[in-house]
Amino acid sequence: MGGSGSRLSKELLAEYQDLTFLTKQEILLAHRRFCELLPPEHRSVEESLQMRVSLEQILSLPELKANPFKERICRVFSTSPARDSLSFEDFLDLLSVFSDTATPDIKSHYAFRIFDFDDDGTLNREDLSHLVNCLTGQGEDTRLSASEMKQLIDNILEESDIDRDGTINLSEFQHVISRSPDFARKPDPLFSCSAPLRLSCDRSHSVCPSKHPVREPFHC
Amino acid sequence: MAQPLNFVLNVPETPEDHGSQEPSPYDESEVHDSFHQLIQEQSQWVAEEGLELQQREPGAGGQETSGHLDESFCFVGSGQQALPGPEDALVHSTATLRILASMPSRTIGRSRGAVICQYYNRSVRLRRRVSRPELKGVRRSARPSLRLYDLELDPAALQEEEKRFLLVKELQGLPAAQRDHMLRGMPLGLAEKRCLREESQTPTGKQRGRQGPRGLFPCCGRLRDACVLALHSLGLGLLAGLHALRPWRYALKQIGGQFGSSVLSYFLFLKTLLAFNALLLLPLLAFIVGVQAAFPPPAPPGSARSFTGLELLTGGGRFTHTAMYYGYYANSTLNQPCAPAPAGGRCSREAAGLPYSMPLAYLFTVGLAFFITCVTLVYSMSHSFGESYRVGSTSGVHAVTVFCSWDHKVTQRRASRLQHDNIRTHLKELLAEWQRRRGSQSACGRLRRVAVRGLVWLLSLGTTLGCTVAVYAFSELMIKSPVSAEQEGALLALPVVVGLLNLGAPYLFRCLAALERHDSPVLEVYVAVCRNLILKMVILGILCYHWLGRRVGTLKDQCWENFVGQELYRLVVLDFVFVLLDTLLGELVWRLISEKQLKRREKPEFDIAGNVLELIYGQTLTWLGVVFSPLLPAIQIVKLLLVFYVKKTSLMANCQAPRRPWLASHMSTVFISLLCFPSFLGAAIFLCFAVWRVKPSSTCGPFRSLDSMYEAGKVWVRRLEEAGPRVSWLPWVHRYLVENTFPVYLVSALLLAVIYLHIQVVKGQRRVICLLKEQISNEGEDKVFLINKLHSVYERKERSRAGRTQEAERLTDDPDAW
Repeated sequence: MGGSGSRLSKELLAEYQDLTFLTKQEILLAHRRFCELLPPEHRSVEESLQMRVSLEQILSLPELKANPFKERICRVFSTSPARDSLSFEDFLDLLSVFSDTATPDIKSHYAFRIFDFDDDGTLNREDLSHLVNCLTGQGEDTRLSASEMKQLIDNILEESDIDRDGTINLSEFQHVISRSPDFARKPDPLFSCSAPLRLSCDRSHSVCPSKHPVREPFHC
Repeated sequence: MAQPLNFVLNVPETPEDHGSQEPSPYDESEVHDSFHQLIQEQSQWVAEEGLELQQREPGAGGQETSGHLDESFCFVGSGQQALPGPEDALVHSTATLRILASMPSRTIGRSRGAVICQYYNRSVRLRRRVSRPELKGVRRSARPSLRLYDLELDPAALQEEEKRFLLVKELQGLPAAQRDHMLRGMPLGLAEKRCLREESQTPTGKQRGRQGPRGLFPCCGRLRDACVLALHSLGLGLLAGLHALRPWRYALKQIGGQFGSSVLSYFLFLKTLLAFNALLLLPLLAFIVGVQAAFPPPAPPGSARSFTGLELLTGGGRFTHTAMYYGYYANSTLNQPCAPAPAGGRCSREAAGLPYSMPLAYLFTVGLAFFITCVTLVYSMSHSFGESYRVGSTSGVHAVTVFCSWDHKVTQRRASRLQHDNIRTHLKELLAEWQRRRGSQSACGRLRRVAVRGLVWLLSLGTTLGCTVAVYAFSELMIKSPVSAEQEGALLALPVVVGLLNLGAPYLFRCLAALERHDSPVLEVYVAVCRNLILKMVILGILCYHWLGRRVGTLKDQCWENFVGQELYRLVVLDFVFVLLDTLLGELVWRLISEKQLKRREKPEFDIAGNVLELIYGQTLTWLGVVFSPLLPAIQIVKLLLVFYVKKTSLMANCQAPRRPWLASHMSTVFISLLCFPSFLGAAIFLCFAVWRVKPSSTCGPFRSLDSMYEAGKVWVRRLEEAGPRVSWLPWVHRYLVENTFPVYLVSALLLAVIYLHIQVVKGQRRVICLLKEQISNEGEDKVFLINKLHSVYERKERSRAGRTQEAERLTDDPDAW
């Protein structure tokens, strides 16, 4: 840990609080966890904000280890040119989207990007089969057979490809997901806890209240 | 914004649509021009920026017309995209694909520019608050589906920088809180958001910040600011404290993390039950128990029994004459100590304020508490139904399973492997079910299956019947051989028998269920729930009959309400004991056996269905007993708290995540409706019968002199009538609204009408959804059609150009041809 000196400045903290769905404690905790990933000589505040942590290190976090989408998650949130490292702000972004208080809208947006394995803006058949393989496990014996896979993808497209162009775009994806009772409700299996990084309950038992308990309805 | 649509619109209107007709040269050339221009421009960008752009981070943006277009080229470059148009799997040329890839529906999921654009449009709409114009009033070219996100293809489209600028301006127009809210919800990087925020800090805001100290009373302003800030942070702190009070936050997260959301739903249900009990207990405590405790009635003779410890189980003995049971409560007006004294004793002081009549308070408080519970229950049920069965959500099970089934809460490797297994099984089942629905089974197999299922159902119903008969016979036995007050332990016999049956029968059902081998585990679980539910409800029904039908008759000289209250207390307590036993035997001992003896590394699974039914059963007991023992909800609360910790400990130590693909969807809906339908409704019917029809015992309780509990209300109304014209409306209300049957019919008719209206509204919504779906698929067809058109136009152009060059070559080669 960075010691007593490595506290974020108040202004920065306030700004992060305003722009993410995280609370102050969560942000501080996230910063501490992030600093632990950095080499010891770079743990001052200024450096920790500049430094990037490589993908391997992020993937080694216990909260992400078991997640089959871990690499996609990191790549989607990475802003480096090669998409292979995360800065602290990227890290915060990730946590913000995965937090309990994030809106379904933003969650579904990032879910779409995570599932869009080839980054082409739509979920095509390759993306879907990749996704199903991630879900069922990558091993040869655990995969679905080719005919099953084809059948499944046909069914998925049948159900969600509304404009029948053979791919699922973001709007169609959000439409389908919004019909899922699990996604709409609070304890949704998809991106549910503050997991993958269970910030609130991991190290400290500190409570992390949601900062904006009363969110004004904001219809667009 | 409408500019780009010109070319889209022109295409179908070209005479080429009509197949055989010869295209007019003018139209064709126009189409060519508009497309050609685009394609050329884009090819230029490709040439300029190259394919390495696919590696570009979205934050870098593009200087060209639309920054995200360059990203789309990687997609084009891959060239795998084939559009299954009418003539399936038609491979389009790269130019078509390029245009396709940069359509708004594709770019929005991927690029920063499109996101900015979308949010700009949103904020504009937010600001103007103008509803979109009627569809039919809009020219076809200006359809909202295309207008919504600017069409990026337009050469004259706003550049990204410009759009960004506009967005910033829009954001400036919003109040700060709303701006932050909007920025928070944008799917952009944090750095980008910070930038946008920095830029959209309104100049006035900055000025205000600077002007503050320069104002007339700078220190005042600063003081005020400090005060406001302090208050703000105080408020936030208080809210934080409130959140900290949310019970079991950490424990629930832990459970969710290790066992997934299905097991979590059991604990959430337990928490809901706690809330229901607290809701029930509060009015009872405030208006009955508390008041009566403040004016304790004279102690009955010979009540000074010593505490033996057995009372905790039987609820009798020393507990009998306490606020715990019905018999303790007075049938008098409490704060007029002289008025009800039958012997006409002296009146030492006049009552100040309103008289507090205990019978009335008892009746109304219990009624009110039940009513509140009912409303809450129905509301939460309808809410959860609305959430899980939305209009138009009948299909999509495959897609939802694939997109939403990964439980990101799970962080353990083993649990994640289990989840893989679960999802795979579930998907296979879905496919199998889908295929089964398509194909049919052989008649013989189906017959055998039906026979086996019928047999198993017969066996389980027979078991239920056996249990019922056993309980009935035993209860008759108990009536025939009354237990003396000394041997209280014998009172426990009936609850023990009931508890044993409740414990044993589910295991038998589980064995029987192994015989029938259902195709889908979900169905299996529902069948198990159904059987257990029938058993429990039938046993409770028999017990209710036993109490109200038989006991009331045999306990003529005693307080039968107290007896029923004690009986229910015993059932609740023994239910808890049996839950503990079940946990101990079914989970701990089984794990030890399977680990030590069988050397298997498998732990028992947490039986969600069984455990939830246990909870529902306990809650039914509590509701049944509220009238006879007003403190029963408190007992139930203590019991639930203990059960939570016991179950959690046992779960952590002994269990593994359920192997069955038992997804959490619809689960809480099912739980809540089970709680509402047989459980709460049954208890309400029982209590209504007890209140309206059964004569209260004449020796104890608030209604001792009346024919039924409901009489208390009637007596009160009569007294009000006599009291004078001041409150004459109340008797009137009573006479015309309660005693008269017409208002009941009227209210039911109104209710039916409202329900009918709602059904019609839902039907209408369904139709609208169907129509909209049709419209969308038509749009999709339009799109495919346009793309094909574009493709053919492009190809023809290529061909003609090739032809022209060939001709030109021929001409140059062979100038003598002329």
